[in-house]
Parts: sequence; C-alpha cells; structure tokens
Amino acid sequence: MITFKNVKKIYQTQDQSIAALDGVDLEIKKGEIFGVIGFSGAGKSSLLRCVNLLERPTSGSVTVDGQELTSLSAKQLREAKQQIGMIFQHFNLLDSNTVFANVAKPLVLTGVKKAEIHRRVHELLAFVDLADKADHYPDQLSGGQKQRVGIARALATQPSVLLCDEATSALDPQTTQHILRLLKQINEEYGITILLITHEMGVIREICDRVAVIEAGKLIESGTVFDVFSNPQTATAKNFVRSVMQDEIPASVQQLIERREANHHIYKINFLGAHTGQPLLSQVAKRFDIDLNILHGSITELQNIPFGSLLVELIGETAEISRALQYIDEAQVTVEEVLADAG
Amino acid sequence: MLVNYTDIWTAFLQTLTMVGLSLLFSTLIGLPLGILLVVTRKGALLEQVPFFNVLSSIVNIFRSVPFIILLVAIIPLTRLIVGSSIGTQAAIVPLVFYAAPYIARLIESSLLEVDTGVLEAAKAMGATPLQTIFRFLLPEALSSLVLNLTIATIGLIGASAMAGAIGGGGLGDLAITYGYQRFDTTVMLITVGILVILVQGLQTMGNLLARKIRRH
Ligand SMILES: Nc1ncnc2c1ncn2[C@@H]1O[C@H](COP(=O)(O)OP(=O)(O)O)[C@@H](O)[C@H]1O
Ligand SMILES: [Mg+2]
Repeated sequence: MITFKNVKKIYQTQDQSIAALDGVDLEIKKGEIFGVIGFSGAGKSSLLRCVNLLERPTSGSVTVDGQELTSLSAKQLREAKQQIGMIFQHFNLLDSNTVFANVAKPLVLTGVKKAEIHRRVHELLAFVDLADKADHYPDQLSGGQKQRVGIARALATQPSVLLCDEATSALDPQTTQHILRLLKQINEEYGITILLITHEMGVIREICDRVAVIEAGKLIESGTVFDVFSNPQTATAKNFVRSVMQDEIPASVQQLIERREANHHIYKINFLGAHTGQPLLSQVAKRFDIDLNILHGSITELQNIPFGSLLVELIGETAEISRALQYIDEAQVTVEEVLADAG
Repeated sequence: MLVNYTDIWTAFLQTLTMVGLSLLFSTLIGLPLGILLVVTRKGALLEQVPFFNVLSSIVNIFRSVPFIILLVAIIPLTRLIVGSSIGTQAAIVPLVFYAAPYIARLIESSLLEVDTGVLEAAKAMGATPLQTIFRFLLPEALSSLVLNLTIATIGLIGASAMAGAIGGGGLGDLAITYGYQRFDTTVMLITVGILVILVQGLQTMGNLLARKIRRH
C-alpha cells in the first residue's frame, strides 16, 4: 500500500546538511497498522511527511496505492491527497471554524454539494462520538475531543490511508487509550491502512501489527510487534521494549540473587505465545522434588498472544533441578539462569 | 471669536471622508501586498524569493519616507489622479501612499501569526494556494487583522490631520486655521477633543469586534 524505496531526505540549512532519512526501504501492507518508533530527532516525522509529500524526498521513491507521488502533477497530487488522511500531534484544527466546518473543510475544498457535506459530516461526528459538538469551536473542546475532530476531518474524503503524527503524544494516558481504540476501530471497520509514528512503545503495543525502529534516519529493525517485543535485536529496540515491559529485576530480588545460597537457583522463564505460565510451573512442582518460588513476573498480551516473563527460584538438588529445567525447556519457553553479574 | 459649529461639523465629515476612503483604498492595495509578502517568502506556499525581496524593499522605501515629505513629493501625481493638489480628495492620494505599505506590513504580521500547523493541514488536504489563503490563512488571522486595521485607521486619523493642514480640510485643518493662525484655543480644544473621542471609540470598537471574532 505504501512503499519506500531508498528514500533519502536531506535538509539543507545555512551551515550544515542534515540527513533526516538516510536510505529508507519500507513496505506497508494494505489494511495493517504499521508503527514507526524512534527517539526525538530520529526522522519519524520526516518519514511520515514523505508519504503525502508535505516533504519531498531528496531521492528515492514513495509509492502509495500504486501511485508514485513525486511523479504526479500538482493537480493529480491534490487528488491523490484525498486518499491520504492525516492527523497531527497538536490537532491543527482551525480555531476560527466550528467543529462542523472543520470536518467539512476537505469536502468543501473538493466542491462536494452542501447537502452531501451535511450528511457526511454528521455521520462522521456521530462516528467519533461528537454529534452534540457540531456547533462548538475547538477551544471549547478537550484534547481528546479535538483529536476526534481531527480524525473525523481526516476521514471526510474516505481515504484509504491514515497517517498519524504522534497523534496521542499531547494526550493523557486515558485519552490516549480512547484515541487508540478509535484508530483500531477505523482500521477494522473501514479497512484503512494506518501508518503511525510515535516515541511511545505503549502505542505500538496497543494497536500496531508491525513495527519498525528508526534511528538517525535509518530503519534499524522491523518485524511483527510480537517478534520485536519478544526478541528485540538492537539496543534501541531493547530499550523501547523495556520501557513498557518493566522486566527490570526488583531490588529485593536482586539482593536474593546476590547472596545466593547453595541449592537456590534463580531462573527467568520467558513465556511466548500460547503457553501460559501457571500450569507449567505447577506441573514442574508436582513432578520434581523441588520447591518453586515465584519472585517476580510480568505478563501482557501482544496482538492477543500472552507474553511475559517470570523470575522463579528453584530450590533442590542440582540433578533434580536440571531435570526440571529440561522439562521446562521442552515446553517451548526459554529459560535462563539469572546470575549476580548478569543483573 | 465665536466658534462656528457648522465649520466643525463640516471638518468632522471631511475627516471621516478622508480617513474612510483612504482606509478603503489602502486596504485594497495593502491586503494583497500583505498576502504576497507572506506567501512568497522562503519556505512559504508560493515561494518566490526574488519577488519577495523586491516587494519587501519597495514597501520599506515607502515606509521610510516621512509623511510630511511624501505629502509634498507626491503632488504631481496627485494632480494627475484627482486633477488638483488641494482639497479633501487630493489629500486621499498621499494618505493611500502612506497607509497602503503600512497596512501591507500589518497584514503581513497578522498572517504570520497563523499557526503553521493549520497551513500544514491545508497542504495535507490538498488545498490549492488560493483555497489555503481564503479558507485557512485569512479566517484564522481575522481577529488579528481587525486589531491591526484599527491601528492603521487611527494612524490615518493622525495623518489626515496633517494632510488637511496643507489644504485638505478636515479637523486638522480647522485646528491649524483657528487655533494656530487665529489663536482660538476653544476651537483647537474642541477639535482635539473630537479626535480623542474618535480614536477611543475606534479602538474600543476594534477591540470588541476582534474579541467577538475570537469569541472570548
Ligand atoms: N525543516 C527542517 N529543516 C532542517 N532540519 C530539519 C527540518 N525538519 C527536521 N529536521 C531535522 O531532521 C531530523 C529529523 O527530524 P524529524 O523527522 O522531525 O524527527 P522526529 O520526528 O523523529 O523527531 C532532526 O535532526 C531535525 O532537526
Ligand atoms: Mg516528530
């Protein structure tokens, strides 16, 4: 649906040139929610803005729905943009216009008939749950409501792609959840492909199907959200995963590890996919002559698949423990011993 | 020396005519210039840097000529346009030359205040340059435009008094003739009083209108 081929974006300032995108290749499939995550200044906005040519790539090509945008005439480009909706971190609504007029704007620009605009805008406002706010002005709305107006406006021309530039970064956590759920709903109900950029791994975990990590203008890692979360390759990706998974070992457990007694071994068991922790551990406790002590754990769901890790202490004879470990291994979870110096 | 109220009334109407017409014409000229100054600058909607530089310099040149000099320097042109170099109509020509570049700058600064995010949204929607100007830029700047045009109007009242003094009529002329040349302080005070009320009234109206547009 969206294809980047060796896209470079170089900003020329008086004293230097900044390579905001340094050879980006990317393929976003129809109907998916794709997230690009990176720290501030990594090039996320530049990447997103190259999709609807708010920024023209310095070189390389960007294709949306089979159309290479850079090759289009001004008129063709304006038409192509109706297929690409966009929402912004700071909403970018017209303060001088009512909610109705804001949402109607893209339709007015393309000369849609008044009656049709009326029908369409009210339908959109109902969809984003703002039917009662049509005559309000943006400064009478909360951040979340403003973003919903932004979303309604972006959907007005029935685009096939929705671009989200840090769409929830200015919102509180609860409002963020609402907006993310709305985006998911848009994706599922209308089949709209969503490309979003964010610096928050929580956003990626919440709604994305696939993710790419951007750093210094390059995509350094990409894959399904599940793969990147369960098995991050780069230090940056690991950092982002850690920011939401809280797999830090708590201080109390750390102390235990450090003054480890003989016969006490601490292991980290990573659960991936369909294997949930509890039955496995209770089976281990039943089958083997060891004591089992759960020290710490965090389990979440990624794309409806349980995922997480448990820190457990196994107490018993070394031979028995190694048999237990072998059993755990066979259950397709990964298990590793946690040593003092590894923390 | 008796104050002649008919004279004052006539002068007041002349001032209103001068200010009203010169405001109209200089806005008709200044508005497009102000828009051009905004949309042709570097990185803007219709970037045309050489054009912008030339336009900006021309505006600066007119802005730097003191009004009293402009008033005199432009006399031949005034004759050409209105067929005379004195009278209320004749005063309007230098007033327009004075106010149009000023208004262009005021409008430029109002338009530059518009949130770039809104213009970005316009671009993302595929708005044409004209649509961007008329459906995004101007409505978003409207309240600031009203305030700045109020400032320009008040500036024009001051300038019209000066233009009047060299034969254009109006309250300025009246104050000079009675007050300065005939030492009639009463007329001078009345004139100044009317000007003060006029300026206060305009500023209040401008503020109210701008606030109404902003709705708070
Ligand atoms: N218009 C611009 N002119 C010059 N440099 C820019 C411009 N836009 C972005 N940059 C630079 O490009 C880099 C990437 O910016 P951006 O794409 O905004 O990153 P992000 O959205 O990840 O914070 C940064 O170093 C930024 O300073
Ligand atoms: Mg950014």
